[in-house]
Order: sequence, then structure tokens, then C-alpha cells
Amino acid sequence: MATDMVTNSARAEVLRRIREAKGGASSAEAALIGWDAIARQYKQAASRTREAVLDLLEDRLRDYDARVMRVVEAEVGAAVAKMMHDHGVRRIVVPGGLRAEWLSGEFEFVVDEGLSAAELDGMDGVMTGATVAIAETGTVVLQNTAGQGRRVVTLVPDYHLCVVRVQDVVETVPEAIARLEGTADLATTFVSGPSATADIEMTRIKGVHGPRFLDVILAG
Amino acid sequence: MSGAVLDPKTAPLFPIAAKTAMGDAQMRKNVRHATDVIQAKRARVVAEMPDWQELREAGRQIRQHTMENLDFYLEEFERNCTRAGGVVHWARDAEEARRIVVELAKASGSDEVIKIKSMTTEEIQLNRALEAAGVHAIETDLAELIIQLGEDRPSHIVVPALHKNRQEIREIFQRKMNLPELGDQPHDLADAARIFLREKFLRVKTGVSGANFLIAETGGVCIVESEGNGRMCLTLPETLITVAGIDKVLPRFEDLEVMLQLLPRSATGERMNPYNSVWTGVDATDGPRVFHVVLMDNARTEILADEEARQTLNCIRCAACQNACPVYRQTGGHAYGSVYAGPIGAILTPQLQEMHYAQSLPYASSLCGACYEVCPVKINIPEVLIHLRNKVVKQNTAGVAGFFDVEATAMKAMAMVFRSERRFRAAQRLGRVAESPLAGKDGWIGWLPGMLGGWTQMRDLQEMPKETFRDWWEKRGKNGN
Repeated sequence: MATDMVTNSARAEVLRRIREAKGGASSAEAALIGWDAIARQYKQAASRTREAVLDLLEDRLRDYDARVMRVVEAEVGAAVAKMMHDHGVRRIVVPGGLRAEWLSGEFEFVVDEGLSAAELDGMDGVMTGATVAIAETGTVVLQNTAGQGRRVVTLVPDYHLCVVRVQDVVETVPEAIARLEGTADLATTFVSGPSATADIEMTRIKGVHGPRFLDVILAG
Repeated sequence: MSGAVLDPKTAPLFPIAAKTAMGDAQMRKNVRHATDVIQAKRARVVAEMPDWQELREAGRQIRQHTMENLDFYLEEFERNCTRAGGVVHWARDAEEARRIVVELAKASGSDEVIKIKSMTTEEIQLNRALEAAGVHAIETDLAELIIQLGEDRPSHIVVPALHKNRQEIREIFQRKMNLPELGDQPHDLADAARIFLREKFLRVKTGVSGANFLIAETGGVCIVESEGNGRMCLTLPETLITVAGIDKVLPRFEDLEVMLQLLPRSATGERMNPYNSVWTGVDATDGPRVFHVVLMDNARTEILADEEARQTLNCIRCAACQNACPVYRQTGGHAYGSVYAGPIGAILTPQLQEMHYAQSLPYASSLCGACYEVCPVKINIPEVLIHLRNKVVKQNTAGVAGFFDVEATAMKAMAMVFRSERRFRAAQRLGRVAESPLAGKDGWIGWLPGMLGGWTQMRDLQEMPKETFRDWWEKRGKNGN
């Protein structure tokens, strides 16, 4: 195909220009040495007690308009029922592999087996777990794994209920990135509060295209 | 001015465009309000970070290191992205990038594409090229939608419609979405956009995006956004086409730990923006089945070749410098005649034009340094501005033209005067005599002749004191009286 030839010569030309601009080619070795020499004096490890980290996460989530409940592991099912009841949702999609004991019998949970976007649009909400949560920024991180599922599942429905286990909560962004490194090639979404915009006069408005409501249950 | 695109090749000189912009009181009020709010938010969340300066320094070093090894990291990104099922294309310039995207969009079988806000696609005027090829581009970011429906032009890197207030936005939506009853509360307007776009998200099969970061180590791409329109465009279409400048590469996944702290706090004053997406190639069960990345040079290698200006490429497009700039805050973005406005635009735009156009932009600054102070990757914008002014002068005074250049001759004469005390004193005496017919009774000069008139166009000049400091110093007695 003609495009391949164009892109091949463009590729060679762009790389040639870069090397000429820098006065030579770079190598894996040079990159490695240079990268290792980058000064990283910023805070990487946690500095708070565990209890303070969980309090901070709760506070930061609330600050971005998420509702938060903290319960022991055994009470997750009851907390889910309460959140769903308060929000007035009945029919919720869940990704495959979500813990059965988290589901509450009084509601309808539909397991996602490749639902279409239109079908997801018809759901009252979605419930998932999370890979890691970051206290300093009030962020939950979702990956395409069991209990978290495809990205679209947590996007199209208007309500997202997320269960975060306390052992998955970290204080800082660097701690979270370190935990994600092993699975960095999975589709990953960092969620900090419900969808929002400040495009109109810099006024923060909750809810544009993603879920307009985010509830978080901190479990354990 | 609506309908026209921001093109540095045809835009008027900054001082002329700025003068027109300064006459628009409503726009100036809107820009002032928005930049005040965003600056206050930024200051609050930056103050929360005791290690902010260390993060900035790490950010600077990561970006500098990337540029020093750009060829290596681009090839590494290409290898890993390809292995994960992505298709990588290279484009030497805007024209080539447009052609590749148009071809890919048409090959995807769509006559519509949904778009994520992207400065790179604005830079290359992609939408016009798509329209010309019969492919309708739908902007899905709220601000970009306002711009597109209002046939307006972006005026800010992060909040492109910040020059519009809610009444103006309501008027556009009422007209273009056929909603005569629409209210003017921000949530009314956001709801209207949600309903207007949802049907398009669910229907259109091709998405076009820019990129915030290309991760060399994994072949992944990262996009940060707020509304969820980005996630819609990244996950619902069957084909995704990402256009990225070659400067967007990041060495390793770990480097996100720095950038994801610097960017949201600097850009929108949030601890983290609502959504960050990272994806790698294609995933059979999640998102588009076909994924293309276009790596575009478009004069970035020219900037790389200029060692003093190379740091321009470190920019992560947070727009903190725009919000902090006393010039931008007065003129708004359109006066810069480029999608990149404000201090970063003043250094980036002329360089992207290889210094052939937008030569007035390096002068669109008071060199106060506010931009440097807020830059999350410590780009010394004033330093680059001066370097580029120097380039402009050299370019304009090269050869015979320089011999007859009045400004250059004046500067040379000035240098001669400043080199000798005798000549300096003589010049001061001469100055006092020469200015006397111009000064008013109050000691202020409101008008200067010829080239000097630029100074008094916007402000008065105080007349020279009757006695200079040197005269006073020499006359004073031994004990300081």
C-alpha cells in the first residue's frame, strides 16, 4: 500500500532529523544511564498512619462529590443494599468475577457478557471492585480484570458503585504507580470523583458524559 | 472573526490583534474571571504539596532526558505499541499527518468521527481536512463543542471557550441544538451537551484523539480528561486514530507518577482530574479493534536542533503560564493568532513556523517571569523569549537590510553611548534639551515622535529629572549633605 511507503520514508526522515538535531543517535545504554540519573527527591512513600490514610481518602473522595461508606468486610453486602436503595437503583450491571458475597439479594445484578453500549445505557448503574485507591488525590484505579471489567461498563451507566478494599488503599501517587507496574499493559482508568467539567466560567459541574454519581464503599 | 481558523501564517501582528481584542470588554471580563478562578484553585492544591519543587525538578529532568534520547524512545514506543496490536505511522509535517488521518478515517468506513479535545489536531487544522474529504468531525469536549457550534476559535489550551460566558454559550446551544427553552445555569448547559452527544457516542464508529503521553516502555498511551467524553471516544468506537507530536513520549510507566501529579494540579487546579485513561494497543475484549497512532514532527525537530530553545518541547500543555500571564489576561487568546496562545504560544508558535511567521509573538511579553514560576516542568520561558527575539532581530538585520535598519542603527548608537561616561553625560544633557518642548506642565510626556511613539502609545513617560544622580553625587559635601 502506498501509505506504507510514505510512512516508511517519513519514519526514516523524522529519525534522521532527530539524530541530526541532537548530534547523534541515542542508545539503550545511554537512555538507561540518563534515566537512572534523574533526581527523584519528591515524596514516594507513605508518611501517615494507616488510619489517617483511610480518613484522607474518605475526605478527598467526598471533596469531589463522591459518597463514601466505611464498613467491615462482612457488611459489604448490606452497605451495597443501602447505597443502591438510597440512590434508587434496582438493576445494575457487574463485571464477571465480582465477589458474590458483595451482592445484595434484593437487587438485580446483570453480569456483563459483552453487553452493547445501548444495553449498558439502559442499566441503572454499575458496581465494581478496584485495583488500587490513592488517598492523596481521592482516586480509584480500575483495570480490565475480574471484578472490574471492560472500561465501557463503568462508563455508560449513570451510577457507579465501587468497592475498595482497605488493603488496596495507598497514600501517594508513586505508591499506586508501583502497584500498577506489573499490569501496566491492561486497560487502566483512574477515576477521581464523578464525571465533571469546569468549561463554563470555570464552575465545576458534576456529571457530563461519564457516570454522574459515584459511591464508594471502603471495606475491611 | 468567527468561522476563521487561527493560522499564524495569515494572522495579524500581535500588537495590532491585541489592540482590537482590548476593545472587547465582555471578553476581557470573561478571561479575567476564568483565569482568576483557575489560578486560585491551582495555588490551593499546589500549596498542599510540600514536595512541589522536587516534583517540578523531576518533571524537568524527565522531559529533558526524553528529548536527549528522543529517537531511542520513539522507536521503543513504536516497537511496543506495534507488538500490542497498534499501527504506528510517521508524519514529517502537518500536511502528511492530515493525509494519513483522512485516509484512515475513510478506510474505517465512517463519514463521521467523534473527537477528543486535542491541541495537536487543532495545530494541523485536521477538522477542515476531514470535512473537505467528506468526513464530519464532531468535537465532544464541552468547550470544543461550544467553539465548534459557535463557529468560534479556541482561546486557551485547557479551557478553549473560557472567553465565553454562560449567556453566550446558552445562545449558541439554543440556536444550534434547537432548544429555545434552555436555561443558562452551567448544569443546564452541561445536560444539553450530554443529551446532544450521547446518541453520537453510541452511534459513531471512529474516534480521533490526541495524546498526553506515549509510554515508550509499554507502548501505552495516556489521556487525561474530566468529562468522560474522552473515555467514550477511546472505548466505544471500532477504530481509534491518535495523533501525537513526537515530543509526547515518556520513557517509562513509572514516570507517570511525576506527570500525573504535576499536570492536573497545574492545569485545572485539581488533585487529580476525574479521568485518566491508559491503554496499550488493542484488547480483543475491551475498546476499539483497530488502533492507529500518528507520530508527527511538524517542525519539532527544528526546535530540538536549537539548544537554547529546546526546552520548549518539554511543555506538557497545562496552560498554567497562560493563566498567570499579565499579557494573556488582558488580550485573551485570539490575539496570538495561533491555537497555542499565552507565554508558551509566544515561544512555541514562531518555532513551529520555523521563525517565518508569528515573529511578533516573542515580543508579546513583559518578561515578568510569572510563566516560569508556575511551569510544572520549569521551562524558562523568559529566557527562550529573549533568545527568539534575538533570532528575529538577526534574521531581519542580516546582510544589506541590516545596514539600513533604523532600529539596529539606533541600538548600535545606544551601545556606543553607554560604553563611554563622557558620551553618556552628553547624551543626558542632549536628552533634557530635546524633550523640553514635549513635556507638559506636570512633568509627563504624552507623545513621542517617530519610532519612539510606540512607548507613549499606551502610557506617559516622565520627563528626565533636572539633576541626574551623578550630578547630585558630585555636588554633595564630604559628610553627605
